[in-house]
Amino acid sequence: MDFKGFDPTGRTTAADGTRSVKVMIAGGFGTGKTTMVRSVSDIRPLTTEETLTQASAGVDHLIGVTDKQQTTVSLDFGKIGINDELVLYLFGTPGQERFWFLWNGLFKGALGAVVLVDTRRLASSFRAIEEMERQNVPFVIALNVFPDSRDHPVEEIRDALDIPEDIPVVAFDARDRAASRDVLVALIRHLQERAVALEPR
Amino acid sequence: MSAPRRPTDPTGLERYYVLTGGRSKPAGPAATLDVATLVVSRTGPQPSPQPGLQHEHEEILRRCREPLSVAELGAHLGLPFNIIAVLLADLLEAGRVETRDPVPANSAGLGPDLALLEEVLSGLQRL
Ligand SMILES: Nc1nc2c(ncn2[C@@H]2O[C@H](COP(=O)(O)OP(=O)(O)O)[C@@H](O)[C@H]2O)c(=O)[nH]1
Ligand SMILES: [Mg+2]
Repeated sequence: MDFKGFDPTGRTTAADGTRSVKVMIAGGFGTGKTTMVRSVSDIRPLTTEETLTQASAGVDHLIGVTDKQQTTVSLDFGKIGINDELVLYLFGTPGQERFWFLWNGLFKGALGAVVLVDTRRLASSFRAIEEMERQNVPFVIALNVFPDSRDHPVEEIRDALDIPEDIPVVAFDARDRAASRDVLVALIRHLQERAVALEPR
Repeated sequence: MSAPRRPTDPTGLERYYVLTGGRSKPAGPAATLDVATLVVSRTGPQPSPQPGLQHEHEEILRRCREPLSVAELGAHLGLPFNIIAVLLADLLEAGRVETRDPVPANSAGLGPDLALLEEVLSGLQRL
């Protein structure tokens, strides 16, 4: 039964206990990150920006904010209401992975990540996979199937990408809401299995 | 003709500079804000209008009567994350908002949060 909005006292309780969790959607340019966020989000995807400062060597220390190299990086994001008191935010990472270094804490506090792979261009997601490993972000691999994608067996791709056995590799269509939801389910199940495996007994 | 002491319609970096008083990074508790941090306005009687609060501060307070993420604030106000963070630092200092960082899957020392993962899973399965 759905008790959403049911409050016998008539108080507005929504504000108080609400918590958030975040999941990152990573992968190379054009692999379908924004498409996936759009498919599963309860809201029309939004874009937030960050102004990153690249300290270029030999720059004089002038006064003000314009003395360093400023780069604007965009994050597409959406959200899913998990229940009345928990919101899941999905962030599509910026296309150029080199900015991930500059954006401190971009992956910090994330439950985990989905790394999207276009099977026609495996190499475009190499950097994303390496970054997840380097930053210790647990992830699953989701193969975004485009109409002209060859029919690759999942295990063949796993080998080509050098993904260990315990990390799920699933195929899906990023335009499909249920399929995108299932990828998130695969990620959470993977996190549960990892948690159980890591727990001291 | 002398230049206006303060631009009436500042854009881009100038606008940010005016909004933040030249601060490019938030100080204090706002330094750890995340894009997924939830912001909620504190209710209760407040002197209004409050001195030192810009239009954008008021806009944040208005939008955060219900919890809203820093990312959403940035998108709605058309301001980058670091500028929103500076404005939130002001509001935190003035006791006008509360912030709640995203719940991590592992909290330091406590191990994996299995209950949280189960909660997320069942929510996704209801979609
Ligand atoms: N046929 C097909 N096209 C897709 C799929 N996912 C994304 N696209 C298209 O591929 C292009 C790139 O997708 P986008 O989500 O913008 O990639 P991003 O750079 O990773 O955010 C867009 O034109 C999408 O419409 C898919 O699953 N199937
Ligand atoms: Mg995109």
